Amino acid sequence: MTKNIMIVGVGGQGSLLASKLLGHLLLSEGYDVKVSEVHGMSQRGGSVVTYVRFGEKVYSPIIDKGEADFIVSFEKLEAARYVEYLKEGGRIVVNTQEIDPMPVITGAASYPENLIEKMQALGIQVDDMDCLSLAEEAGSAKAVNIVLMGRLSKYFDIAVEKWQKAIEECVPAKFAAMNQKAFLLGRGE
Amino acid sequence: MRQLMLGNQAFARGLYEAGCAFVSSYPGTPSTEVTEEAAKYEEIYCEWAPNEKVAMEAAFGASLAGKRSFCGMKHVGLNVAADPLFTCSYTGVNAGMVICVADDAGMHSSQNEQDSRHYAAAAKIPMLEPSDSAEACEFVKKAYGLSEEYDTPVIVKMCTRVAHSQSIVETGKREEGKQHPYEKNIAKYVMMPGNAIRRHPVVEERTRRLAEYANTCGFNRVEMGDTKLGIITSSTSYQYVKEVFGDEACILKLGMIYPLPEQLILDFAAKVDKLAIVEELDPVIEDHCKKLGLTVTGKEALPLEGEYSQNLVAEKLGKETPAYKSLEENLPGRPPVMCAGCPHRGLFYILSKNKCTVLGDIGCYTLGAVAPLSAMEMTLCMGASISSIHGFNKALGAESEGKTVAVIGDSTFMHSGMTGLANIAYNQSNSTVIILDNSITGMTGHQQNPTTGYNIKGDPAGKIDLESLCRAMGFERVAVIDPYNLEECDRVIKEELAADEPSVIISRRPCALLKYVKHKPPIRALEDKCAGCKSCMRLGCPAISMKNQKVVIDNTLCVGCGVCEQLCKFDALQPEEVQK
Repeated sequence: MTKNIMIVGVGGQGSLLASKLLGHLLLSEGYDVKVSEVHGMSQRGGSVVTYVRFGEKVYSPIIDKGEADFIVSFEKLEAARYVEYLKEGGRIVVNTQEIDPMPVITGAASYPENLIEKMQALGIQVDDMDCLSLAEEAGSAKAVNIVLMGRLSKYFDIAVEKWQKAIEECVPAKFAAMNQKAFLLGRGE
Repeated sequence: MRQLMLGNQAFARGLYEAGCAFVSSYPGTPSTEVTEEAAKYEEIYCEWAPNEKVAMEAAFGASLAGKRSFCGMKHVGLNVAADPLFTCSYTGVNAGMVICVADDAGMHSSQNEQDSRHYAAAAKIPMLEPSDSAEACEFVKKAYGLSEEYDTPVIVKMCTRVAHSQSIVETGKREEGKQHPYEKNIAKYVMMPGNAIRRHPVVEERTRRLAEYANTCGFNRVEMGDTKLGIITSSTSYQYVKEVFGDEACILKLGMIYPLPEQLILDFAAKVDKLAIVEELDPVIEDHCKKLGLTVTGKEALPLEGEYSQNLVAEKLGKETPAYKSLEENLPGRPPVMCAGCPHRGLFYILSKNKCTVLGDIGCYTLGAVAPLSAMEMTLCMGASISSIHGFNKALGAESEGKTVAVIGDSTFMHSGMTGLANIAYNQSNSTVIILDNSITGMTGHQQNPTTGYNIKGDPAGKIDLESLCRAMGFERVAVIDPYNLEECDRVIKEELAADEPSVIISRRPCALLKYVKHKPPIRALEDKCAGCKSCMRLGCPAISMKNQKVVIDNTLCVGCGVCEQLCKFDALQPEEVQK
């Protein structure tokens, strides 16, 4: 059975490292893996989506509406934007950080309120946390991606050491310790 | 070795393993990483060419000289390279030559959604179409064999989802191909009428042989399943079909998209009750099937526009799609924006303030068209800003000359802006051209170009001096401005628009995302001084927002460029060093 993880956020937040880490880890676990990314125009502060799929045999590189087992969101509004992609019984892991999109900055729209509660009201399991503070505690605001991976790891039957090994192999050596700390903070350890 | 590889990375791996020795390309999403990844192999000479036509001709030259060669581009890049494409079909090759064209269904990063498969048919050049990374690597290697056996360039067509998806690839060793020493052959390589007339039948005969080969070649395969439905598909659409149908349908998966097989399709059609075609964009396979007299379900059910997905294929072909929950809420969109500290922002602000008519071009700066700047009124294709301002001003004369500008990036100017500028110099329109020199090819992710002084490997290279170039073309008025300095931008733009002769303004400031660019500390917003006038909001900077009628700076985004500071009449935005 193919499992689907959608990583969503704002261009520049570091979702490519998160998908690289997952791809690396899942490949080493012996799964067939596909990861689909968006490059180019969409990266300039726009809404970005990365799909990670794994299982015995994976065909489509993308995740469609109603298919995601997990939505990992770097930003609150972006989690809400992709709610329709969640499978029945799926889970959203979300950084509660708010980043105003341009229509909000220009005053054409306002940032929606109580998004977490509204998603929960639909019966969706939402695991929300302030990843930015935890990332800063680990040593860099840029580690939000690894904090999120730490939280996601709790829902997987893969040994912590394997996640840590994947982090070691995917980040530059000088940032390894900081990222390991971010990972454990995300796990709540 | 078993590795997870991006389609483009796997393509580059195929180039390496096939013994490719020469690569010349122009960057373009979603094709760029093929060449970037190829440049990581020491055995392959790699370069960024000024444009796709130059790249293809350079690759042709290397093939002629006896080296396996490659050029890569996005779909619209093939329009630029169409001239050599059509004629190198006639000359054929010496050593193998492979061309990558990457289509962008869904227009993630493109100005149109053209289907490059038509080029293969029009130029009569074989085209292969991989559906994942493993096939990208394998097809590229086989493409060189095909190229040399049939004496033709071979196009390997990618699309966004194959190019930018990672899947598993089994890598192998590099094999240096056999030698192809250059030999003088005027009848084959000099395409003047007398020779070209003799080459055309060679092309037709080659296409006939390739069409025969398509019936049995390994690029096309049948996967038998339930015979109630047969589906002919290719590329990423194959993956969606497999996802939806598994073995509940028979599938003819085409890896060679030109020429298309006849007997193979007829035999497949005979085995199934009904036939459907699943292909993104134009009905290329469908039209071929209809020409063979087959009844098929195709574009009357599936769209001509946009990307496909598993749910779309399921819905259109009568299968169930999964249920999902929706929020009853209108969420604000999040379109791409110019980055905080982008040097283009200040310039576009001044153009907007002066109510200039801005004819634009292709690059990050196309975002100058987006609110609140809304300072661009036309974008067509690479280089069109300069060529069309000439036509625009010739048509309207004094009515437009004093307020119309063309804006074009440094890389786009090198790509195809120079010829347009030559037209202004030659046919003398009173036009003002602004070259946005951010010292890099920005949109595609920071590639070097002929104005940056570095090559694809980051080593020092030739550097074209824009000022000297414009002067040599005959422009007496060439000004250089710093787009972070709004007063200077305003003054110079007004002067050059008022001047009674053509002029070039070079707006020079490196892209804020370049690693060597040193950022200043974030601007400080002083709440007590902010009058809530929102002047700074007119910049559309993602680091600036208003909370409770007061300006707020996002310290994680602000790079201290100071453009907003120049707009604040109340000194509410101050550089860090003044604050103590």
